[in-house]
Amino acid sequence: MKKVTEGLKAIAETVALCRPEVISAYPITPQTHIVEELSVIVANGKLKCEFINVESEFAAASVVLGASVAGVRAYSATSSQGLLLMAEVLFNMAGMRLPVVITDANRAVSAPINIWNDWQDTLAIRDAGLIHLFAEDNQEACDMHLQAFKIAEDHEVMLPVMVNLDGFILTHAFDPIEFPEQALVDKYLPKYVPMEKLDVKNPLSFGLMGGPDRYLETRYAMAETMKTCPAVIRKAAQDFNKMFGRNYGELIEEYKMEDAEIVLVSMGSIISSMKDVADDLRAAGKKVGVLKIRCYRPFPVQDVIKSLCGKKKAIILEKALSIGGVGILTADIKAALYGQKNVPEISDFILGLGGRDIRISDIKAIVALAEKANLKGEFYGLDPKLVEEMDK
Amino acid sequence: MSTVKVFNAGHTACSGCGLSLAARLVMEAAGPNVIVSNSTGCLEVFTTRSPQTAWGVPWVHSLFENSGALATGIVAALKMQGKENEARVMAFGGDGSTADIGFGIISGMWERGDDVLYVCFDNEAYMNTGIQRSGLTPFLGATSTSPAGSVTGGNQKQKKNIPMIAAAHGVKYVATACVGYQRDLQNKIKKALAIKGPKYVQILATCPLGWGNDSSLTIQMGKLAVETGLFPLFEVEEGKITNVMNVAKPKPVEEYLKLQTRFRHIVKNPEEVAKVQAIADANFKRYTKDKVLF
Ligand SMILES: Cc1ncc(C[n+]2csc(CCOP(=O)(O)OP(=O)(O)O)c2C)c(N)n1
Ligand SMILES: [Mg+2]
Repeated sequence: MKKVTEGLKAIAETVALCRPEVISAYPITPQTHIVEELSVIVANGKLKCEFINVESEFAAASVVLGASVAGVRAYSATSSQGLLLMAEVLFNMAGMRLPVVITDANRAVSAPINIWNDWQDTLAIRDAGLIHLFAEDNQEACDMHLQAFKIAEDHEVMLPVMVNLDGFILTHAFDPIEFPEQALVDKYLPKYVPMEKLDVKNPLSFGLMGGPDRYLETRYAMAETMKTCPAVIRKAAQDFNKMFGRNYGELIEEYKMEDAEIVLVSMGSIISSMKDVADDLRAAGKKVGVLKIRCYRPFPVQDVIKSLCGKKKAIILEKALSIGGVGILTADIKAALYGQKNVPEISDFILGLGGRDIRISDIKAIVALAEKANLKGEFYGLDPKLVEEMDK
Repeated sequence: MSTVKVFNAGHTACSGCGLSLAARLVMEAAGPNVIVSNSTGCLEVFTTRSPQTAWGVPWVHSLFENSGALATGIVAALKMQGKENEARVMAFGGDGSTADIGFGIISGMWERGDDVLYVCFDNEAYMNTGIQRSGLTPFLGATSTSPAGSVTGGNQKQKKNIPMIAAAHGVKYVATACVGYQRDLQNKIKKALAIKGPKYVQILATCPLGWGNDSSLTIQMGKLAVETGLFPLFEVEEGKITNVMNVAKPKPVEEYLKLQTRFRHIVKNPEEVAKVQAIADANFKRYTKDKVLF
């Protein structure tokens, strides 16, 4: 039975079903309700877990890192400034191959300080070595957490996984959510079995210095895991579908792509609007499809090639950019397509930063713009008056 | 002695390193049933280089400033595994890690009251990166970032008083120790490990390279730091000073200063030496047995 629940609370309830043994997180909008709700769940004895209040996100990430090396399932959640404060720990956690799951309520990064949605926070740490998953809606965000633990803890993977969902657009939206049954969750996600842990009966050292003679191979091993883990990610999605009957695609999801000529490409909640736009434009005779990037790291290069090559036009919608460079998702897609045959024309747009609304009409306007010319790194929706004012 | 050593030889510390001696003493006092979380610094660097390790107990290093938070996570994990009685948890940090970059983390750990013995190995500067000043560098001590210049000579600040800050947090057991007094050091570690809750031990560890003393003087330097009053040895339990190492005949600070190149710029300047002497004199008055601090 579905229960109408706020996105963050739904995630907290779902995370509790995953039975993490140590949770540590720090409040920051728009993530805060997760840490609040989990503290309530633990305080009411509904989840047997050590809930650790800390003084910063840096500490939260370090606490779950410590718990994970000691051999238990550990979870944290954050957003924006908090994620950046965690950054040093996250690189370390990935390098130490610790399967922590972290939720990021995607939010813009200061300055100017802004609590609203874009992807700048998570993409700033895309090179840390975490697996990055993006949810389209709250049901997927919830379900993705079960998959996240399963992927992270797979002995072929052993990397932290970050579940991303758009701040406010998803986090604070009330949706009817189907919560899985505990018994089924336990079946899908059995108790975490570490490969090695801090243990007086088998005293091992972790986090050793690695010199020039060893560091390269350590990083190579991570890169190799990123190449092989798509199989695990796919299986996690397939097994989930079998057990719970919900399917969101694997590394990508394709919508009306078979005969599509124009493809809208993006990640996260904007995908829902893009699907509506595809429907509308198809009714008007335009063959539009949608490519959803569900797994951003590892980047699904083969899936993207298969999906986009042979199409006429790809239009990438980005809610972040590498300032001084190009759109971040665009760079990944172009890199994937380089040297392939029948590569589509690519237009990419930067929009929605800091929570600026993106309406169906905006996406349609973008399609119209891209049909006229190939636009690169085009900021969409700028207020000309403000641009002029800031120019002074 | 057991056949499995808790802290093995063959590591790469400098000759006369007070830190490696202190670490061995701590580990031998602690025994095998401990888990150590170690911050970045000399100790981590000279004891590990993948795939080698000097540690015979479960040991983890993550970053420069988070050994305290790691320890919290480890304690929580042990509790969830029903193993809280199987191992005691210790967090190690240098003076820079403890007093500077990791200070917030440690304050958080103390406030939570986590069952961790935090040991600060105080060699009075960032030695691993080449002798830069820390919050625990002594007054007027020259380092590579508080040099003996022609206008300012050495570190212009006094040592941050971490033991008192720890005591103010309600840390159950706070103690200072030093490589010059080895049995005392080991007794304090044993005592600390027997207590549930947060504990803090700060160990002065001679660094011949950083202090510029002869590497044969490791122990003497420790003794002199205590005998001059510059590094008083005491214990604080539940907010009260319960023990102070008695110095029957305090030695003038000059005897300590003159053996180290980091004080070379002041030893011939009586005015500057007097300022250091004043700190030592004040210490003798400040740390007295049975004094209630908090
Ligand atoms: C965030 C961060 N900043 C700086 C460094 C560089 N660093 C490594 S160890 C160290 C100094 C360590 O000093 P201390 O804690 O006193 O330990 P010691 O080496 O003196 O024993 C510094 C500055 C680092 N590793 N991480
Ligand atoms: Mg130091």
